[in-house]
Order: sequence, then structure tokens, then C-alpha cells
Amino acid sequence: MKARIIITLKNGVLDPQGKAIENAVGALGIGGVQSVRQGKFFEVELAASSQADARETVERMCRELLANTVIENYTYEIEG
Amino acid sequence: MKASVIIFPGTNREQDVADVLESVSGRAPQLVWHSETEVPPSDLIVLPGGFSYGDYLRCGAMAARSPIMRDVIAKAKQGTPVLGICNGFQILCESGLLPGVLMRNASLRFVCKDVWLRVEQPDTVFTRRFKKGEVMRAIAAHAEGNYFTDPETLARLEGEGRVVFRYADKNGNVTPEANPNGALNNIAGICDERRRVLGLMPHPENTADPMLGATEGRKLFESLVESLVA
Repeated sequence: MKARIIITLKNGVLDPQGKAIENAVGALGIGGVQSVRQGKFFEVELAASSQADARETVERMCRELLANTVIENYTYEIEG
Repeated sequence: MKASVIIFPGTNREQDVADVLESVSGRAPQLVWHSETEVPPSDLIVLPGGFSYGDYLRCGAMAARSPIMRDVIAKAKQGTPVLGICNGFQILCESGLLPGVLMRNASLRFVCKDVWLRVEQPDTVFTRRFKKGEVMRAIAAHAEGNYFTDPETLARLEGEGRVVFRYADKNGNVTPEANPNGALNNIAGICDERRRVLGLMPHPENTADPMLGATEGRKLFESLVESLVA
């Protein structure tokens, strides 16, 4: 099974990197971009035998390591 | 005073702090590698600065989950004072011993300069030789020192007198210009509920020897000796 995990900054948490990227997009002359927020993406191969097991593993990974829940949210999808 | 300094792969300020600890206490600290599972009996545990695990994932995130940290957390809960400087502060936040998080500097730049910290809380084992409002010079050297937490936690930290150091100018005025990284309320250092765990971003160990041109930070280490040597 495979999990795709996305970590994003919570609303209200300043994202100076996203801001810098947004400015760079503007500097390239690419119009129509209102704002950019940056985050992280993980692809994880799982040895789990069921969806429920996979979900539990991914939940723990996100909560205990991948996301700092003071400032970040996580979402994931599991395939296979 | 018997101190232990924890070393992770990528730690690089252990000798700076070890030298000052030896100089103030007359006793060289024990250096403890991250893969150990137990900190030897100590009056003080120090998490020094550096770039543990190459700052992978988030600063301090990997170190906070290394084998030795389980025992550091257990010993902190038993009351052993823990001092985290720079990356050590980041590790304390990631490990849950201190609340909040150190985010990327608002400027997105690595900041390396002298800063002045106003002592807000002299009633700790780390700061008892300072007067409230006294200014201590230390050296900021970080890219992720922008302290952030939720409004409730911030109110609790302020209300409980757990903001120990605030960025200020030389005269002790807390101003936006004196804030090198965008930290909430100019926060440079905080402690836990029992005031036994302290994290701060700037390096007091680099302003503790006349040969380095400044000695204000030495008082922090002298406070520890005074507090911890019975």
C-alpha cells in the first residue's frame, strides 16, 4: 500500500517562504496568482495488511513526527 | 556542579558550552552521545547549539526523537534542570518539554550578530544572579528563531512569568527593531512551569570569556553553579 501525505501550515501561521515564492512568481511576470502557501509532501510505502492498519500507521507517523501540530495540519490518502 | 552535554550528529557548539561550564564550576562536563539511552547522574543537562541531523524535516525534530532524549525528558520531569541553547531550544520545543515552535526567521535570512536580552524572570536556577530588567548580551546565530505559539499558550507563558528573556536594545527597551527574527512578543527564551527547563535562541556561552570581547553571558552559568552546588 502507498500513502501520500501532505503537510500544510495552519491558517493564520505566517509563511514568509510562501510569500517569497509568491513574489518570485510575480517577478517572472506570471499573473493571476493571488497567494502561495508552501508545505511538504511525503510518499510512503506501507507493509500494512488492511486499510485500517495503514491508516493507524500513517496517523501515528503524522502526529508523532511528520507534522508539528502547533503550526501544521496534515492530510493523507492511502492507495492499494 | 556535574553537567552533561548531549551531542547529536551535527551539534557544533558543545565545546563552547563545555569550556564555560568548566570555567565556572571547575569541573569539565560529561559529553553524552545521542545513541546512549541514559544520561549519567547530573546536576544539569545541556542541549547545545548546532544543526542536529542537518535540520532534516524541521529543526530539532529528529534529535527530539533520538534515544537519549527519552531519558532527558524523564530526568527533566524528575526535576533535573535542562538548558537548551539555539538548536537545543528547538529540540526542547520539538520534544514537548517547552511549548511552541521556532519558525524560519521573518527575514528568511540567517541572523548572526550580537543581541541584547532583557532578563524578565530572575527567579530561576538559570538567572538568579541577574536583576529583573538587566540586559545580557548574547550572540544570535540562527535561521529559525522566530518563536511562535497559539494565543492561549502565549497568554499563559506571559501570565505565569515564563518568558525569561526578551530581545531588547542595549538599554533594555523592547522594540520591534531589537527583534532579530520576528519572534512573538520579542521572546528570546522561555521556561517550563517549574522553571527548571530553559530554552533560549542566542548563545550566552559566547559572551562568557573576556577573550571573546564580552562577559555578560557568564552570569547565567554562574547562576547555575550558585543554584546547583549545595
